[in-house]
Amino acid sequence: MSAVTTESPSRLSALYRSSRARVIVGFAVAAVLLFAVAPATLSTFRLGLLGKFLCLAMVAVGIGLAWGRGGMLTLGQGVFFGLGAYLMAMHLKLADAGPVEGSGGVPDFMMLYGSGEVPGWWEPFRSPVVTILAIAIVPAGLAALLGFAVFTRRVRGAYFAILSQALAAAFAILLIGQQATTGGTNGLNGFRSFFGYDLADPVNKRMLFFLAAGALLVMVAVARQLMVSRFGELLVAVRDQENRVRFLGYDPAQVKVVAYAVAAFMAAVGGALFVPIVGIISPADVGVVPSIGFLIGVAIGGRATLLGPVLGSIAVSWAQTSLSEAFPSGWIYAQGALFILVVAFLPGGLAELFTRWRRSRRGSVPDGGAPAPGDDGTSDGSRPGAARTGEPGSGDPTVEPQTAVDHDPATSGRTA
Amino acid sequence: MTPSRATTRLAPAAALVALALTLTACGARTATGDGAGAATSAAESCVDTSGDTVKIGFLNSLSGTMAISEQTVADSLALAAEEINADGGVLGKQLEIVQEDGQSEPTVFAEKAEKLITSDCVAAVFGGWTSASRKAMLPVFEAQDSLLFYPVQYEGLESSPNIFYTGATTNQQIVPALDYLKEQGVESIFLVGSDYVFPRTANKIINAYAEANGIEVLGEEYAPLGHTDFSTIVNKVKSAGADAVFNTLNGDSNVAFFKEYKNAGLGPDTMPVVSVSIAEEEVGGVGVENVEGQFTAWNYYQTIDSPENATFVEAFQAKYGADRVTSDPMEAAYTSLYLWKGMVEKAESFDVADVQEAADGVTFDAPEGSVTVNGDNHHIAKTALIGKIGPDGLIYTEWSSGEPIEPDPYLEGYDWAEGLS
Repeated sequence: MSAVTTESPSRLSALYRSSRARVIVGFAVAAVLLFAVAPATLSTFRLGLLGKFLCLAMVAVGIGLAWGRGGMLTLGQGVFFGLGAYLMAMHLKLADAGPVEGSGGVPDFMMLYGSGEVPGWWEPFRSPVVTILAIAIVPAGLAALLGFAVFTRRVRGAYFAILSQALAAAFAILLIGQQATTGGTNGLNGFRSFFGYDLADPVNKRMLFFLAAGALLVMVAVARQLMVSRFGELLVAVRDQENRVRFLGYDPAQVKVVAYAVAAFMAAVGGALFVPIVGIISPADVGVVPSIGFLIGVAIGGRATLLGPVLGSIAVSWAQTSLSEAFPSGWIYAQGALFILVVAFLPGGLAELFTRWRRSRRGSVPDGGAPAPGDDGTSDGSRPGAARTGEPGSGDPTVEPQTAVDHDPATSGRTA
Repeated sequence: MTPSRATTRLAPAAALVALALTLTACGARTATGDGAGAATSAAESCVDTSGDTVKIGFLNSLSGTMAISEQTVADSLALAAEEINADGGVLGKQLEIVQEDGQSEPTVFAEKAEKLITSDCVAAVFGGWTSASRKAMLPVFEAQDSLLFYPVQYEGLESSPNIFYTGATTNQQIVPALDYLKEQGVESIFLVGSDYVFPRTANKIINAYAEANGIEVLGEEYAPLGHTDFSTIVNKVKSAGADAVFNTLNGDSNVAFFKEYKNAGLGPDTMPVVSVSIAEEEVGGVGVENVEGQFTAWNYYQTIDSPENATFVEAFQAKYGADRVTSDPMEAAYTSLYLWKGMVEKAESFDVADVQEAADGVTFDAPEGSVTVNGDNHHIAKTALIGKIGPDGLIYTEWSSGEPIEPDPYLEGYDWAEGLS
């Protein structure tokens, strides 16, 4: 602790500068991989598959923020993912059906299962602008509303988890029941164009992949900024000691609502891009099972780190696909075994392995000391201190106070 | 300290956003440039027929809720492939099977279908079960211009040049079942179904039929897939007092429904149930004691007395065990592989366009009887059979349409069905 408080400003800024350099290098590497290496080496099909994984990874970034940093175990991200996806799918269906004048503008499935008329609440989504705005606003707004109602009543922990899961179940049942307007269990599929671009065209498929890759990078950047900001530290403080934060004059509910809404926004964007890339959205992609599926990658990667959720999510999706291709009848056991191993031996996720290794390498160097250049925070892309504080229940007393003293007069109060 | 940090911190983020936006914009611009030209060449077949083998894909759910049903289809497909290979293959080429797991999820079906077509370069794909999985795969097969053989009875109102439907459409299963009920003097029915596309569409058709034929529909109840509490629904059925129940429940729900039905004192004598999703495979799960004497509507039963069926059942049980039963979807899958073989041999080519061209009129003496491919709608002519569940758990033919019924997925030949599609 004394190592932290007596640290000189120059060392701090040196630390910051090196971490900044690492972040830029990290992002540059990721951008080169996604924008140059992947399109050059993968077939159109594999690139589309990677695009799908990137969409799921966007949900994971949000979960990392809400669950890893904010302690909100959200078992219902499928709702926000699904909202984004269905909003996009509705627009694509209407766009494919053509204008109202002439062809009538009724999507094919409504002719089959419905009354053959477009219901009023579908009409606004003919407009691309309304659709994009709705994708940005509706899921995040719903999350804010819900979060406000739940967190101001101090519902947390398992109760919040159950509530969010029930919401996912209800959402899926609602979609199934409204076959005439939502496509029921079939969901919405068979999209031909995306804002005027032909979806069967490999060039446009690549464009969609770039869009997803760009969106994911932006989201990771936003998540990083949030994590190292004052807000990020408050969020971690709320997760670990909600009452203390409240006694210090902050409103923990507000902090949580913001994190929850941001996570919902990310899930919605992931869902909206999932639709044109995968070509189908159905209740099977938004219910309880996929909602829990989102968590698996986050938990395996390391929920409290910046890149853990993203890399974990992509790795799990990738493993799922390649294992199921190699062992069509036995792959699911491998996934189960991996999850059990991580939960039992690495509760902080695979990122914990890395942290342990770094700690053992550093040996007796006191916490908070500037790491030598190249002594790598790159795996989490943020300052080493922040990464460590992020691990819930790490129980390392020398770690937690550091960030608090570092930035936040309010929380530092408890350690000073 | 704080202000300077805030400004420096914004710089990399801004740079990244700019970078990402520029790069995505590049992609868009390329697409505008040559998008239209490239679209036509999107589906270039990569099927390799130069060697001694040809690849085909089997796509069934081997995990998830549908695995219990779809595994049986995968088994009978494997049997058909083995038989065909032992018999010299197709056009002299041995079949090489690529099996994929659809995981009971529509998105995975779409993904694996694309993988089979573009990475494995299979000549045709066999599989799928739920309507959702078929709807998810349809755009993939159309975009890649490949072939899917779908082996399960379904709700009709669909046809695609890239799909061959070897299960029954509605006029080969549901309509004959209604004809049978009408023939038996049934004047009122109650509809019970799982809440998904097939039951809802089937009930829409049943309602139209009932209205035109003076049958009263006394109620229409849906339970979510996997639902197991049927006391409310059975009470409604009982108090409605219909002459018969039309059951489109799927999966586990049937166990709970029939147990509750029996507990309520209802049975085949008081209020018979006609089911369209209970085959030999499911009878064991539901419990013979609960469904004995009830009716089913299919196109194949294990008890069919024909040399083709005897060979099929014997071969299946020899490969997988004497305790295994054969059911309609399994038989339709087995038949689908032989029909594809017939089409390829007629076309003397594995090429999709040639196979489509040759499809019309291809016949096969299937275990269910002779079936013929309709080249217009890619369904097959099948004989409808109403069966009664026996005490041994097998189903015995009670009524037969006598001859194969021509497929009519859009029910165009039925006046009462006008406006359904």
